[in-house]
Amino acid sequence: MSDNKKNWPLWEVFVRSKNGLEHRHFGSLHAADEEMALENARDVYTRRSEGVSIWVVQSKNITASNPEENGEMFEPAADKVYRHPTFYDLPDEVKHM
Amino acid sequence: MSEQEVKNLEEIFEQKIARDEKIEPKDWMPEKYRKTHIRQMSQHAHSEIIGMLPEGNWITRAPSLRRKVALLAKVQDEAGHGLYLYSACETLGISREELYEQLHTGKAKYSSIFNYPTVTWADMGAIGWLVDGAAIINQVPLCSTSFGPYARAMVRVCKEESFHQRQGYEIMLTLCRGSEEQKQMAQDALNRWWWPSLMMLGPTDDASTHTEQSMKWKLKRKTNDELRQQFIDQTIPQADILGLTIPDKDLKWNEETGHYDFGEINWDEFWQVVKGHGPCNKERLQTRVDAWENGAWVRDAAMAYSEKKAAKKVQKAS
Repeated sequence: MSDNKKNWPLWEVFVRSKNGLEHRHFGSLHAADEEMALENARDVYTRRSEGVSIWVVQSKNITASNPEENGEMFEPAADKVYRHPTFYDLPDEVKHM
Repeated sequence: MSEQEVKNLEEIFEQKIARDEKIEPKDWMPEKYRKTHIRQMSQHAHSEIIGMLPEGNWITRAPSLRRKVALLAKVQDEAGHGLYLYSACETLGISREELYEQLHTGKAKYSSIFNYPTVTWADMGAIGWLVDGAAIINQVPLCSTSFGPYARAMVRVCKEESFHQRQGYEIMLTLCRGSEEQKQMAQDALNRWWWPSLMMLGPTDDASTHTEQSMKWKLKRKTNDELRQQFIDQTIPQADILGLTIPDKDLKWNEETGHYDFGEINWDEFWQVVKGHGPCNKERLQTRVDAWENGAWVRDAAMAYSEKKAAKKVQKAS
């Protein structure tokens, strides 16, 4: 194994399966640079026409939230029921609302 | 973390899995869960990579262009499946280099079926039909396993795998409808691949050490013996259509159980092959190590080129 050499970095692959849909995370792969990452992504993740557009981004450039802090991060939204339409009491006679 | 705290976390974790919630890479997980998944997923990835070799043997000698493009596409899928699984495995904090190292030094295992030689074209048929057939039975339940990246990779793998089995069966069908020699060739391939395919579904339940824990983590949904019975029950009618004979004199339909009874599997042979004494163990591993080592200069050159390009970009910008 080439211990002293640099290994190909890891890239995350996002694919838009057809126009009108968003790019979705498909997986990851190793490649020397962005050009190779795109070509490898095509060969690894779209062998059966699964995509019309590919994004690649080096994994190290992604900042992710920590699931251990999910409480502080996401729970405040749970007690804000007034952000939902069903929170408001209206008589049944009111239509189109 | 105190012992009690770990215990509490483990309990919450087990409940999550029992509720069919998925575990994602950054979630807390017991060390044993992480290790077991690295072991199983990497073993699975290695099997895809080594699994390309017995078939690669026949790409240049496929009997027609139709067969050649199909076999090429199947082998390419296997490379893809290996890559999905390696990258899913890497989310657990092990590097690709470590995974390769484990394969190349023999520390990690791969499916022992790939240590058998592919001596005739009919072996391409038998592998697609039987080996991929057994693999599908193993893999379909994994689409709903508890570890998110593994389950997602398996959904993709299973979708692609069904063409593999159909192309294999079509090869067998064509041979069986051909000349007497061609039919003989198909029968010979079935004779050689039948028992190793049954072994592929793993040791019997009473000899399988991981089953109980794996069922709990939904790494397994059915036991090895249940999967094997399912494989036999669904494969025998397919052999009948081909007009081939399963090489097992004890094979018999059992009206009472609604399943086929079958003969004793030679587990000594299985363990011999697992331990490295199969017909092709050395050759397969050596081919893989050579491919990796002989490709080192290409990987280094690609890296050097990308660094040079990046440096030029910086220069231009300044």
